[in-house]
Amino acid sequence: MTTTGRSALLGAALLGLVVIAVLSVGIGAHAIAPGEVVRALLGEGNPSDRAVVLDIRMPRAVLATAVGAALAVGGVLVQALSRNALAEPGVLGVTAGAGFAIAVGSSFGLAASAPAELGLAVLGALGASALVYAVGSRSPLRLVLAGTALSAVLLGLTLGLRLLFPETFDVYRFWSVGSLAGREQAPTTVPLLIIGLSLLGAFAVSRQLNAIALGETVAHTLGANVARVRTVTLLLITLLAGAATALAGPILFVGLIVPHLARRVAGASIPWLIAFAALLGPVLMLAADVGSRVLLPTGEVPVAIVTAFLGGPVLIWAVRKYGAAPL
Amino acid sequence: MSARLTARDLTLRYGDRVVSTRLTLDVPDRAFTAVVGPNACGKSTLLRAFVRLLRPAEGEVLLDGKDVGSFPGKGLARELGFLPQDPVAPEDARVRQLIARGRFPHQSLFASWSEEDERAVIEAMTAAGVAGLADRPVQELSGGQRQRVWVALVLAQKTPYLLLDEPTSFLDIAHQYQLLGLLARLRDEGRTVIAVLHDINQACRYADHLVALRDGRIVAEGAPADIVDAELIKEVFDLPSVVVPDPVTGTPMVVPSC
Amino acid sequence: MNSVSTLVLRRGRFSARLERRTLWFFVAMIVVIAGLTLLGLCYGAAWASPARVFAALTGSGGGPGVVIREWRLPRVLAGLVFGAALGLAGAIFQNITRNPLGSPDVIGLDAGAYTGALFAITVLSGTSTQLTVGSVLGGVLTAAIVYALSLGGGLSGLRLIVIGIAINAMLTALNSWIVLRAELEIAIAAVGWNAGSLNGVGWDDVAIPFGVLAVLFAVLFTRAPALHQAALGGALAVTTGVRWDRLRLVLVLLGVGCTATVTAVAGPIAFIALAAPQIGRRLARTPGISLLPAALTGAVLLTSADLAAQMLLAPEALPVGVVSTVIGGGYLIWLLTKEVRRT
Repeated sequence: MTTTGRSALLGAALLGLVVIAVLSVGIGAHAIAPGEVVRALLGEGNPSDRAVVLDIRMPRAVLATAVGAALAVGGVLVQALSRNALAEPGVLGVTAGAGFAIAVGSSFGLAASAPAELGLAVLGALGASALVYAVGSRSPLRLVLAGTALSAVLLGLTLGLRLLFPETFDVYRFWSVGSLAGREQAPTTVPLLIIGLSLLGAFAVSRQLNAIALGETVAHTLGANVARVRTVTLLLITLLAGAATALAGPILFVGLIVPHLARRVAGASIPWLIAFAALLGPVLMLAADVGSRVLLPTGEVPVAIVTAFLGGPVLIWAVRKYGAAPL
Repeated sequence: MSARLTARDLTLRYGDRVVSTRLTLDVPDRAFTAVVGPNACGKSTLLRAFVRLLRPAEGEVLLDGKDVGSFPGKGLARELGFLPQDPVAPEDARVRQLIARGRFPHQSLFASWSEEDERAVIEAMTAAGVAGLADRPVQELSGGQRQRVWVALVLAQKTPYLLLDEPTSFLDIAHQYQLLGLLARLRDEGRTVIAVLHDINQACRYADHLVALRDGRIVAEGAPADIVDAELIKEVFDLPSVVVPDPVTGTPMVVPSC
Repeated sequence: MNSVSTLVLRRGRFSARLERRTLWFFVAMIVVIAGLTLLGLCYGAAWASPARVFAALTGSGGGPGVVIREWRLPRVLAGLVFGAALGLAGAIFQNITRNPLGSPDVIGLDAGAYTGALFAITVLSGTSTQLTVGSVLGGVLTAAIVYALSLGGGLSGLRLIVIGIAINAMLTALNSWIVLRAELEIAIAAVGWNAGSLNGVGWDDVAIPFGVLAVLFAVLFTRAPALHQAALGGALAVTTGVRWDRLRLVLVLLGVGCTATVTAVAGPIAFIALAAPQIGRRLARTPGISLLPAALTGAVLLTSADLAAQMLLAPEALPVGVVSTVIGGGYLIWLLTKEVRRT
């Protein structure tokens, strides 16, 4: 696909994102027409609309966008770094680490509130990734294996804790299915900031990653400092996946599915992949968020579940129609 | 000239992209056939069709009058040996173990390492000049050494037909001519060799039968001395040239004139 | 020609070749397995001495002998045979997908089995038979759907992987949804089943599965050379005589068969299929993923995990899946650290 073609598609994706964002703000128990949504955002319109839009829906849409972009871009980075189509950001241990911290924390009675859960998740995510780097930083394959191994260990320990303590089981089963509901009380500013900065970082490192994807020797001739790029990329993946998991709980499939979809359009060029992923991820999350609100007559379906059922069939259709794009 | 291996009216394609249409080729027995042509003209595709790696959309490839698609796996592998353009080595393989895999078509569940297998591997390693590397891990070898190991693997297969896709890749000039000389000796011993070669002069020097392809059609085929002239080179390669006799062998030598 | 490190055996028309390193690995594993078996037969509510165990195995030994023969022996053997089956299934899928993260779960087997079991627990009454039937049906159906959707994908199986990812994602989401909505006790029971357990496994439970696995192992044995040859990559494997399309289908069926059989008795036991081939390969130092090291490592992993599961919180037994992930994961990490320090 030509650069003009890709730019046009990127523009279309951006437009689509904005449209879906506005629509998603309007849909829900208290329905608001798109026109009214825009007016509410500008500070006008009737007060109840404004309250719903500004206090509840808008923050939620921002959350969905941030989490979607973080996971999708994290997925692109981890698949590029590990050269493995089965990798997703959690494969480096971040998700399992967060879950383990939640399980341990709640077994000690510490996971009572949303901020507490967020804090525990962050600690667990960072701790697990540090361990994974220590073991596996030598090669992409080793990294993925170390991350998978550590994830397995932590998941096993978490499972043990859950089966021993019903209270922990209950806390965990609600945390472990990613959801955007009721996060208004959690202190989201710092994770959101981290996501924003990491996304910029991902763009900054994207060209060098491209060079590395061609093989280390070529990368050296192109001037990329392989070791440094690798470390920076790992750090970015951890920050993106860790912040997203801390914010919304584990949402496994955005990081796995969106890179495959984006690859169809962007080819193997990492900067383009990141750009498309940063838009497609939020589109998927926002659409899933809308779905999670409207699917049931009362209550919500957690967004992680809707994401899987939205993204899964799309991926299957794309692969059957266009073939699986290799890494 | 007799030809056990032939292609009749072959139409080959990858998905929607048609590579060649209605191509007919008789591969002369016990001769060295070189297939030449510009990039993406269908040379590799043709070879892959011969060894059943690609099913023809139309037409057929016949060995002794039978469609190659009807042969059992190992049966065909005992007749046709193929060296692809970029083979993949399993992790941690050693040279000796890798070459031994060429004996697979001759082995069975309870006879997996006969004396004949051992002999064939030793002969293959010696012929390809890699006997000294036998216990080295394949990953540590240079590009040229690895290429010779792959050649040894195909040699160990001991097939009457050898089909090689750009076998001189990665080899330095001395080893290139060493390999071509080896192929010529195998032809002298009675084997049939078909090689895709990217160097037209090497093809002219060693081939008994030259097949020039362009855009999936055979532009000309025959002995190099009979068909290679400046007009053919212009038609096939878009290259203005002068064709003179090679000072050492007398075979046609193409010298670009631009 | 054979280096000092290779052993060659020939008698009449039979011939075979073995690397010395690999032979030492096999010997060591047999010793470890024998040791674990003895330990497993000695351990229980009442420790039995090795002498007692031997007496029981030869038919005498009275009361304690019965316990050993009827309760511990089937369980220990199940640990060995099922562990081997899982290791083999993992080796098959890692070979087919050419991906070290490949496992039977790649085609949705475990997720599908869980869905079937959840159906049996929440919609039906969750009896043992319903669980078995539900999990096998769910797993096999899912694998069939993934395979059917991925047909026409060419030699590398990339399409298979991607479609497997998608189906897995959807089923895992569905399963979490069901667990989330169920009552706490039912949810805990379901998750407990999903962790896998060899508790209470007796001769009735394992007779048929052992028979099925024996057949599957025999067929796999005949296909093993072709599978090893397939590591050469698409082109050379085919031109040296491997019928890859046929072989791939047979291998998938064998892998599915092994996993489904184990799941039917013990529930899905996580991580052994993933870790055993990787650990086995590094210990035996064989090129590529080969079957016998994966099988032996799987047997050792599952048996030791089961022993640990029984011993750790005795008399309460943990589900073996909890321990297998910790042991398998931990050992793989240790192997990786050793590798890093060596290079």
